[in-house]
Amino acid sequence: MSQPMLTVKQAGPLALIQDAGRFGVGHLGVTQGGAADWIAFRWANWLLGNPLESAALEIVMGGNLTLVANSDVRLALTGADLAATLDGQPLAPNDSFMMQAGQTLVFRQPKKGLRAYLAFPGGLDAPTVLGSQACTAREQIGGLHEDGKPLKTGDQLTWKGSSATPRQLPQGTHLSLPDAEDTVLDMVLGSQAAHFAGRSLFDAFNQPWTVDQRADRMGIRLTGKALNSRLGGIISEGIPLGAVQIPPDGQPIILMNDRQTIGGYPRLGALTPMACARLAQCLPGTTVRLQPISATQAQAAYRKQLGVWG
Amino acid sequence: MKLRLETAAMDALTVRLFDAIDETNMAWIIAADEALRRAFDHALIDLIPSYITLLVHYDCQKLTFAQASTLVRSALRNLTPADAQQGQLHEIPVWYDERVGPELPTVAQRAGLSVEALIERHCSHDYCVFALGFAPGYGFMGLVDEAIATPRLKTPRRRVAAGSVGIADRQTAIYPLLSPGGWNILGRTAVPLFEHAKRGEPLLRPGDKVRFKAISQSAFEAAGGDTTPLEERS
Repeated sequence: MSQPMLTVKQAGPLALIQDAGRFGVGHLGVTQGGAADWIAFRWANWLLGNPLESAALEIVMGGNLTLVANSDVRLALTGADLAATLDGQPLAPNDSFMMQAGQTLVFRQPKKGLRAYLAFPGGLDAPTVLGSQACTAREQIGGLHEDGKPLKTGDQLTWKGSSATPRQLPQGTHLSLPDAEDTVLDMVLGSQAAHFAGRSLFDAFNQPWTVDQRADRMGIRLTGKALNSRLGGIISEGIPLGAVQIPPDGQPIILMNDRQTIGGYPRLGALTPMACARLAQCLPGTTVRLQPISATQAQAAYRKQLGVWG
Repeated sequence: MKLRLETAAMDALTVRLFDAIDETNMAWIIAADEALRRAFDHALIDLIPSYITLLVHYDCQKLTFAQASTLVRSALRNLTPADAQQGQLHEIPVWYDERVGPELPTVAQRAGLSVEALIERHCSHDYCVFALGFAPGYGFMGLVDEAIATPRLKTPRRRVAAGSVGIADRQTAIYPLLSPGGWNILGRTAVPLFEHAKRGEPLLRPGDKVRFKAISQSAFEAAGGDTTPLEERS
């Protein structure tokens, strides 16, 4: 019998192998990468009893991504509801399921959220580059063919574990996805905020922002009343995850996992990692609000989230 | 050098040492980089030095915001600049030719120079590597002779070939891999910057010096260079 695998019968627009990301390499000019909704990604691994940072599939939009199994395997699905079906039967989100040899798994289109995570026993098998299996197209790093490209038709997915030790979500766990209503995104004010006009600081936190079409794993643009900084450009400097960058047109760009490592636009601050995970699930047109939070409070919330997984 | 500590994110601090770009910054930036790596040790997630700043991304499971701030200050107390001789000098062979360097004529014309004189000018300075960024192994270098400094293209190219050598204002750089880009492209090198970066050993490091050397097409090809012309701007 051949090796257990899933074959990509039809590639959707964007399915990427991702893990927690590539760290300790920013000084090389190499981006962080990694699962954009790191919380859903970890839950997917948790449901199979995997190490939480095991490589999984980040499926954006769905777009009829079709996977066929050649043997029985237990998988777990979290994150966006992409109207996934197994041999035509809808799959419950946030759970593991058995996929039997010959069965077909299809991801159609977003019903809620944008990115789904599909975890495999022991994590996906893919080359490790600079300590990570994360896939970044722009850098031609990662992925099955080490070219950073998303899954394509005919690709074969294999995994590292022989079996999973499935778990259920703990009682009372509520994994919500942003919907059309206001989504609140916590943001730590950066020191450069002092260079923004008082009116702009007020507007940043007191108006609804709309998630723009111009959104990808590098950055997500928000549109609303323009913000003005007294800084024109700045001398390029390192950019953290979630940085709220304000280009000359005053419309913020939130810098995400695949951002460039350094950049020269003024920044209002940075979304917290939890807010980044939430923003990563927002479809264009979603209304979001920014809410200031202290670094200390944000760290406490972050540690609490990590504590959930033990 | 004047240390300022700024909040960049929940778990990241910007260490600002200078206000303007200057080659003499680099000895301090390198010294600060080494001191911060030592001090943060396993609590360091990423450290990104740039022209006048360093971004410290620390593990907030190991350090609180206050602890990280204190650690930066103590690590950089009594900082002395790194030995200026520490940086390496790299000689980078470049095939300057219009087929792979379409802005050769326009940059030359703008400077009131012949193409030969432009090439000579570009090769006549040891450029300082200020920062790595934009792409793996991409080094921002300068400062280019004022006379040949040229602003970025109005419309960036969608595809700039790996090895392309360009100028933007007073900076010069080599594209390590095929990427979009708006710099004025003068030529191409066969030196595999991306492969070095992918191994975690970038050829160019902040504080290093780079000297470009004009070579013939045959020397470029012998070094494994790809002579495919750069596609037109689109």
